[in-house]
Amino acid sequence: MLLDVHNLKVWFKTGDGQVNAVNGLSFSLDAHETLAIVGESGSGKSQTAFAILGLLARNGYASGSVRFKGKEILNRPAGELNRVRARQLAMVFQDPMTSLNPYMRIADQMTEVLQYHQSMSRQDALSESLRMLDAVQIPDAVSRINNYPHQFSGGMRQRVMIAMALLCRPEILIADEPTTALDMTVQRQILDLLASLRDEFGMAVILITHDMGIVAEFCESTLVMYGGRMMEAGGTETLFKSPLHPYTSGLLSAILSLDACHQDLPTIGGEPPLMTELPLGCPFHDRCDSVQSICRTTLPKMESIERRRYACHRPLAQPRNPP
Amino acid sequence: MFQFILRRLLIALPTLFILIAATFLLMHLAPGGPFTTEKPLPDEVMANLEAKYGLDEPLARQFGTYLFDLVTDFDFGPSFVFKDLSVRDIILQGFPVTLTYGFWAFIVAISVGIPLGVAAAVHQNSWLDYLAVGVSIGAQVLPNFVMAPILVLIFTLWLGWLPGGGWQGGQIEYVIMPVIALSTSFMASVARMTRSSMLEILHSNFIRTARAKGLNGTSVIWRHALKPAMLPVISFLGPVFVAMITGSMIIDYYFGTGGIGQFFTNAALSRDYGVMMGVTILVGTLTILFTTVVDILYAWIDPRIRY
Ligand SMILES: Nc1ncnc2c1ncn2[C@@H]1O[C@H](COP(=O)(O)OP(=O)(O)OP(=O)(O)O)[C@@H](O)[C@H]1O
Ligand SMILES: [Mg+2]
Repeated sequence: MLLDVHNLKVWFKTGDGQVNAVNGLSFSLDAHETLAIVGESGSGKSQTAFAILGLLARNGYASGSVRFKGKEILNRPAGELNRVRARQLAMVFQDPMTSLNPYMRIADQMTEVLQYHQSMSRQDALSESLRMLDAVQIPDAVSRINNYPHQFSGGMRQRVMIAMALLCRPEILIADEPTTALDMTVQRQILDLLASLRDEFGMAVILITHDMGIVAEFCESTLVMYGGRMMEAGGTETLFKSPLHPYTSGLLSAILSLDACHQDLPTIGGEPPLMTELPLGCPFHDRCDSVQSICRTTLPKMESIERRRYACHRPLAQPRNPP
Repeated sequence: MFQFILRRLLIALPTLFILIAATFLLMHLAPGGPFTTEKPLPDEVMANLEAKYGLDEPLARQFGTYLFDLVTDFDFGPSFVFKDLSVRDIILQGFPVTLTYGFWAFIVAISVGIPLGVAAAVHQNSWLDYLAVGVSIGAQVLPNFVMAPILVLIFTLWLGWLPGGGWQGGQIEYVIMPVIALSTSFMASVARMTRSSMLEILHSNFIRTARAKGLNGTSVIWRHALKPAMLPVISFLGPVFVAMITGSMIIDYYFGTGGIGQFFTNAALSRDYGVMMGVTILVGTLTILFTTVVDILYAWIDPRIRY
């Protein structure tokens, strides 16, 4: 097991009280595995990733446990985290337009990673960076590397971000909605690129998205999040074929009802819950079609059958018991 | 970049011309002249005086002569009050003094204010932050005209460490108090501005990227955050520079340092048009020059500004 997240909680202290972004999330990731984390906007996907890498905002706090190869990395001092970041755990962010430093040349932003982590000379770092820009298919990398971010399009910036994240050949890449901010054709290219790089470098990938189509295509396992909690998790194929949680099935039917010009937000009636007051019971109960009275009062326990896990009082299909 | 600098300097020239023309016009249109006294002079004497200083000629012509002498000779004409001094003499006498303590005050304001602001931002809500914010709020309410007498009171009258005034060719003990008096409130403004812009930058996405890259805290701040955090501070430096020059009037008044401010105040009180015009034009020119430098600096830091 490469990464083991156990009972992760993330909360923010704000002027209006505490925002509970992640509420006891557990999952694990094996070497070479590609895991999708899906859920609507605000369900706590990004904050989960940030907590793992120690990147929470100043008012953010995390508890629980995150182990990388058995070593606890949650809430460790920065000096310790910096030996894991980029080298073993790298991240590509949601918004390529603002995630690169606009005041530095691409060359400087890339080479510093290698110079810092691998004590490379500037020359070596530069040629390695060029090789990586070639790998993410940036045309004319030799001259482009001296440009500033604003001279690149969104898709190209995301390629640069990916190249930068892969410089130290990390074992895990967390890609936080790497294509949400990009237009359709570019989305496709970036995803294909990610998939081929994953195979080439043999990385494990956590792909955060709200696009079930992407999940079906790229990820062998899926974790469905809602209100900062896991609703359901398991192998993508089984989960798609027979979703247990009404929320999962809502997400799935949302993609089926969408045509070619699809949108990110699945159409499930109602709004995600406010994260300031944790609802009693299941976080999804007020939007759920098959809601029961117990759903309003008691938080469903995590059930697990074979490789599947779900938290629902009234799962849709009866999960098959092991023979 | 070189072209950009050249272009910026060329744009400054017409601004400069307008400045000179406007100063000249205002001086000459203002009612009352340099020779207006409580007891009016006899007409003949007046006419003679005006002829001597060329004030009887048409305005356009006077302006032409003035501009020509200024550009070719750095000649601002005669002083209307000091018979044996030209405006140039007065400027050359006072200006180096102002420039000396102004320069040091500027350096102190920046080199104390910026690190203070950065430290406060990096350790937001720590005792260091509160101390820095406290100090800079305290310093902000101590503009030069409050600082000057306080300094004299402490360092001259109580402690007897520093002379209470004079310049003596700029010996260090004469420079210290003017510099502190002039720089304190600007140091505070620079610190507060640095703190708030640094805080904003530290919250931005690209800083999160830098942290995700596993760089240590120092290089995140100095390599990634400092430059953009400096942008608002740099644009504030233009006004600071102007305020330093105008502050010089107070400094010269309290410390008898004999800088340009002193001459300007005297000239204004005695209607010495020559000196007033000369000083105004000089200060204006420096301001334009400084703003240009600030613009160039800005463009150098922010690659998104096209030149
Ligand atoms: N600094 C912060 N202070 C307070 N609340 C925050 C802060 N950062 C995030 N949150 C809250 O945490 C919750 C989870 O946010 P998160 O960014 O993880 O959502 P997400 O699932 O990534 O959504 P999206 O798909 O829109 O990216 C949101 O309700 C958000 O408002
Ligand atoms: Mg997100």
